[in-house]
Amino acid sequence: MRSWARDAVRNDFRARNHPAYWAFVVHRASGVALTLFLPLHFWALAQSLQGEARLESFLRWTDQPLVKLSEIGLVLLLAAHMAGGLRLLAIEFLPWRNRQKTLLAAAAAATFAFGLALLLNLT
Amino acid sequence: MRSEEKEPRLAASAGVSPTDHASPLTPHTSRSSNHRTLHVRVWRGTETGHYDDFDVPRLESQTVLDVVTHIQRKLDPTLSYRYACRVGMCGSCAMTVNGKARWTCRTHVSVVAEGDRLEIGPLHNLPVVKDLVTDMAPFFDKWAAAKGRFKGTATRHDGFARVPPQSPQRKLVDESIECIGCGVCYSSCDVVTWRPDYLGPAALTRAWTLVNDVRDVGQRERLAAVAGDAGCHACHTHTSCTERCPKGLSPTAGIAGLKRAVLAAALKGEL
Repeated sequence: MRSWARDAVRNDFRARNHPAYWAFVVHRASGVALTLFLPLHFWALAQSLQGEARLESFLRWTDQPLVKLSEIGLVLLLAAHMAGGLRLLAIEFLPWRNRQKTLLAAAAAATFAFGLALLLNLT
Repeated sequence: MRSEEKEPRLAASAGVSPTDHASPLTPHTSRSSNHRTLHVRVWRGTETGHYDDFDVPRLESQTVLDVVTHIQRKLDPTLSYRYACRVGMCGSCAMTVNGKARWTCRTHVSVVAEGDRLEIGPLHNLPVVKDLVTDMAPFFDKWAAAKGRFKGTATRHDGFARVPPQSPQRKLVDESIECIGCGVCYSSCDVVTWRPDYLGPAALTRAWTLVNDVRDVGQRERLAAVAGDAGCHACHTHTSCTERCPKGLSPTAGIAGLKRAVLAAALKGEL
C-alpha cells in the first residue's frame, strides 16, 4: 500500500516540538505583536497633544474591562519578550550551562510573575 | 553526485549486516517479543516520492537500523540506505525516525516507536540520492567553508605540542571534539532550511573546536569565514541541534562562543 507525499526534506512539528523551540516562537511572536502595538501606543500618546479633553476621554475609554484585560496581555507580551531576550543574552555572553530547560522555566516563571503582579495590582 | 559504487558508506548491498551478526535474533525465534509486528513506513524516491508500508517482526533490543536492514534483506532488496560501523562511531546511518533526526544504529525501536508504528525517512535539509540515502556533500562542503581544517606550523621534525589538559581552551575543545559528522544537527536545524547557505551547527562546532586549538595558525581567516551573514550570527538559537545531537554535544554553545570570538576580534580591529 502506498501513501503519497510531496516533500521529504523539511522538518515538521515533530522535529520542532521541544521547549527551546517554543521559547523561540514565544519570543518571536511577542516581538511581532509588540511591534504591531507600537503605532497604537504612539497614537495614544499623541492624544495628549490634542488637549486635555481628548486625553481624558481616551483614558476613560481605557477603563473598560476588555481594555484592561488587553493591557494584562500586553504586559505579558512585554515580560515574555524581555525574559526571552535575557535568556538569549545569557546563552550568548555567559558561560554555557547544560541546564537550558531550567533557564527556560525561569524565563516563563518571570513572565507570569509580571503578569500576576499587574493582575493583583489592578484588582 | 557520487556513484553508489564509489561511496564506501553506501553499504546496504555489501559488507556485513547488523542481522548477520545477530542470527539468534532473526524473525520467528523465541526471542521475539510476543511475536508482535512493527508497522513501518519507509520513504521511497528522492525529494519527491512516497512512503511504502512494511510489516517487520518486532524483536528484543531491536534498533531502527535492524528494522531497515530486515526490510532490505527480506522484503525489498531495492531499498537503499547507508550504514557502516553499527556502533555509533562512523556517523553514516542517520535518518529521520518518526519526524526526528536520529542515529539509527543506536536508536532502539522500543524508545521511538509510537505504538507499533515507525516512519523512517531520509535526513532533512540534504539532497536525497535515493530512499534513505542523502548526499552529504553540501554538509561537508560547509565544514570546508567554515575553515574546518587544522592549519599548523610544526613539521615531523618538531616535538609534540604540549597542551595542558586542564587549560581553559583545551577544556573547550573537549566539549565539541566528539562530533562524528552524522548530520543530525544539520538536518534538525530550521535555519538551514530557511537559509540554505547557512554554515550549520556541525561546521560551526568544528570551527569553534579549532578556534580553541592553541596550535592552529589560521584563526583570522576562520573567524572571517564564520562572521559572514551565513555564519554564526544567522543562528536563531532554536537549539534543535543541541536537543537532537546523539553524542550529547551542544553546537549552540559553540556558536555562542564563535559570536563572542568574532565580537572580540572586531573590537580589536582584527576583522
